[in-house]
Amino acid sequence: MDLVQMQKSLQDYTKSLFLEGILDSQFLQLQQLQDESNPDFVSQVVTLFFQDSDRILNDLSLSLDQQVVDFKKVDPHVHQLKGSSSSIGAQRVKNACVVFRSFCEQQNVEACHRCLQQVKQEYYLVKNRLETLFKLEQQIVASGGMIPAVELGF
Amino acid sequence: MTRNQIAEELPNLAESKLTALVVDDSFVNQTIHQKLLNRLGIENDVVTNGKEAVDVYCSGRNYDLILMDMDMPIMNGIQATKRLREMGIESKIAGVTTRANEGEKKEFMEAGLNDFQEKPLTISKLLSILHKLNFYVQT
Repeated sequence: MDLVQMQKSLQDYTKSLFLEGILDSQFLQLQQLQDESNPDFVSQVVTLFFQDSDRILNDLSLSLDQQVVDFKKVDPHVHQLKGSSSSIGAQRVKNACVVFRSFCEQQNVEACHRCLQQVKQEYYLVKNRLETLFKLEQQIVASGGMIPAVELGF
Repeated sequence: MTRNQIAEELPNLAESKLTALVVDDSFVNQTIHQKLLNRLGIENDVVTNGKEAVDVYCSGRNYDLILMDMDMPIMNGIQATKRLREMGIESKIAGVTTRANEGEKKEFMEAGLNDFQEKPLTISKLLSILHKLNFYVQT
């Protein structure tokens, strides 16, 4: 694949993530903050998000598996994940966390288990898609090209 | 926003040498907030909870602006803001949080904030904070 085709593929792939609602405009904000002084800014922040989320999801699984679920422990974790997913533009993860929090408020253990599965599903989806996006960017840079700006037209 | 657009918004920011303290327990948010401040030429430091913010001020450091998260372990944003105001600290404090219901916002403002913005922070929201707190000279 030549450079122009790779750049077009990247643009189309990135657009699809927005159209599917996996990412929102906050991700564009991060891309706009990336510059020559910090060319890996977006992947650095996203990597921090992955590390944070892996830890939080693990803690949530443990907390919800207790005989008596302590919602005072569960809710802050979900709140934190909602915050960090919102900060990087991981819209579907954030929305799943909003639903999760409402069931925490109701102290509905069964519903919280279902919510955790939903959050995990959305998280693994955005993780997979972003890892693919970064690989596409790396291929372009390795071929001597520039990462094209995304024009969403909406 | 491009660099030129930002410069047009705040023409004297380069000479202002503003300083800011980021108070947030999330590494993701710390990184983003620091980058936003760096982009606007604002020197900044970061701490991970309200107690560390209070300790930094007790050590004699001072900042023009504090970006204060609400939910943090050990000492949250409301407690830290109250404590800093009790200490006589007059730095501008902008609360930044995902908690947006009116009751929570009111409680945070009443602790002593000068401004409040809902996360996630963007360049526009940060400029709005700076405008509101008169951190620029209008030409």
